[in-house]
Amino acid sequence: MSRSLTQKILLYVAVVFILVWCVFPLYWAFVSSIKPDQDLFEKNPSLFPKRVTFENYVKVFKERPFHINIKNSIIVAGVTTVVALTIGSLAGYAIARLKFKGKVVVMSLILAVSMFPQVSILGSLFLILRSMKLINTYTGLIIPYTAMNLPLTVWVLQSFFRELPKEVEESAFIDGASKLRTLWSIVLPMSAPGLVATGLLTFIAAWNEFLFALTFMQRPNLYTVPVAVALFKGASQYEIPWGQLMAAAVIVTLPLVILVLIFQNRIIAGLSAGAVKG
Amino acid sequence: MEKRSGWTAFWMILPTILVISIIAFFPLFKTFYDSFYSFGLRPGIERKFVGLQNYFRLFQDTRFIMALKNTIFFTVVSVALETILGVLIAIVVHQRFALRGIVRAAMLVPWAIPTAISSQMWRWMFHDQFGIMSRLWEKLGIIDPGTPILGTPGLAMWAIIFVDVWKTTPFMALLILAGLQVIPEDIYEAARIDGAGTIQRFFRITLPLITPTIGVALIFRTLDALRVFDVVYIMTRGAVNTETLAVYNRHVLMDRAFTGAWFGYGSAISVFIFVLISIFAILYIKSLKLRLD
Repeated sequence: MSRSLTQKILLYVAVVFILVWCVFPLYWAFVSSIKPDQDLFEKNPSLFPKRVTFENYVKVFKERPFHINIKNSIIVAGVTTVVALTIGSLAGYAIARLKFKGKVVVMSLILAVSMFPQVSILGSLFLILRSMKLINTYTGLIIPYTAMNLPLTVWVLQSFFRELPKEVEESAFIDGASKLRTLWSIVLPMSAPGLVATGLLTFIAAWNEFLFALTFMQRPNLYTVPVAVALFKGASQYEIPWGQLMAAAVIVTLPLVILVLIFQNRIIAGLSAGAVKG
Repeated sequence: MEKRSGWTAFWMILPTILVISIIAFFPLFKTFYDSFYSFGLRPGIERKFVGLQNYFRLFQDTRFIMALKNTIFFTVVSVALETILGVLIAIVVHQRFALRGIVRAAMLVPWAIPTAISSQMWRWMFHDQFGIMSRLWEKLGIIDPGTPILGTPGLAMWAIIFVDVWKTTPFMALLILAGLQVIPEDIYEAARIDGAGTIQRFFRITLPLITPTIGVALIFRTLDALRVFDVVYIMTRGAVNTETLAVYNRHVLMDRAFTGAWFGYGSAISVFIFVLISIFAILYIKSLKLRLD
């Protein structure tokens, strides 16, 4: 199909617009983070930095516990991912391969949770966690995160398991392997790509979560990254150190963006398999 | 074998059901139960059964009514914009062109950045004195020079909608793109031979065929928009007429309830939000025509 010149120009204008639209805020955060303060606080900001400094990147770790915030996020999101994958692959396998009564009920319950408005359980969950002395602990975030992510994990994994060839599992079962054994030594290795995609989605969701983290972690030393960034404060109450804030944003966003770009096809496939659950 | 597999399945599913029940269903039930009481989180406040009183109070609470209006406005406008722009972007990205892979990858960027962090990035871009977006809006004549966008009623909500549209439209476009890609090329070929123009082909073939995909994405986005919290909380803290239900709900539960008998009332708001979203959740599940067996 050939296109006229006008159509071609229109197409490329649209493409450039989409690119700029998607990436510009990240670019702007980066540019702002490497400008010295005099250039940053300018009435007419320049699109490219005139002078470059990495002072903000040093300060963000020196003047605040940002490295501790990163550690908190890695622990909480990491453990959530491992637990959700473990529990979720068991349930996912049972749903994909085993016959049992009440399967529809189980699937409906799981699906229902994926649409829960988190704020509707915020207060009660706070009281429950408080009575269990889990406020201000990693566990107090990991358990809710696991619960909120399990629907997606189970859903995506069972769709991956369904697509595996049944024959290998059947022959393993005839050889006397238990279901659990079959799952562990045959199904899981075969579905490694699915596990990676699902794990990544869980990790990102836990890494990005804000409402629970804001409510259940009440000390700056326990803040996760989104909370630390959202509650960024300067020396005085009214002054926000924007340069540092943008440096912090870049530090925690770049690895995530790179990860997403590497696994983009699997992420899109995983999310589509998860029935448009975002 | 069948009988044994029933028990195996039970043990394999049990952990998932337990975690979900303890963290989602039990708290939900407790919220419902608490909404019939008057009590707070400060010690010394007496717990009283008040029946439906908390629910009646909702309709006299002007701040609640305002939050409800704001939420509906936010949802309708942002979902409509996201759907229209999403379809347009999907059609552009569906074409063959040199940078297609890069553009598709770039479209995941807004989705991947945590909302808390992108909201701060945008807050900087909307800064009243040094924000590049404020400059742009001034130059485009959208605002008078010197107007603080995030401090002006009306404008602030539009800025929040703008950020939400930025974040979710590209992803919506990717989902719609997936729908576009399964339309067989020979339908277009046949239409072209019959003399259908570009616009006709779009309205007669493309649009009807991707309508189910759009419908599902639309309901799902509505579900999400109704519970919007992060972007509002960070950009304005709910000031200047931007407070949404979730922001108000958290304020009542986590701030007011520590000073007075507000927890039961806050729980009633939570139940209200839950019911509101459930309606769309049911629509969503029905429209997916999911096979649950």
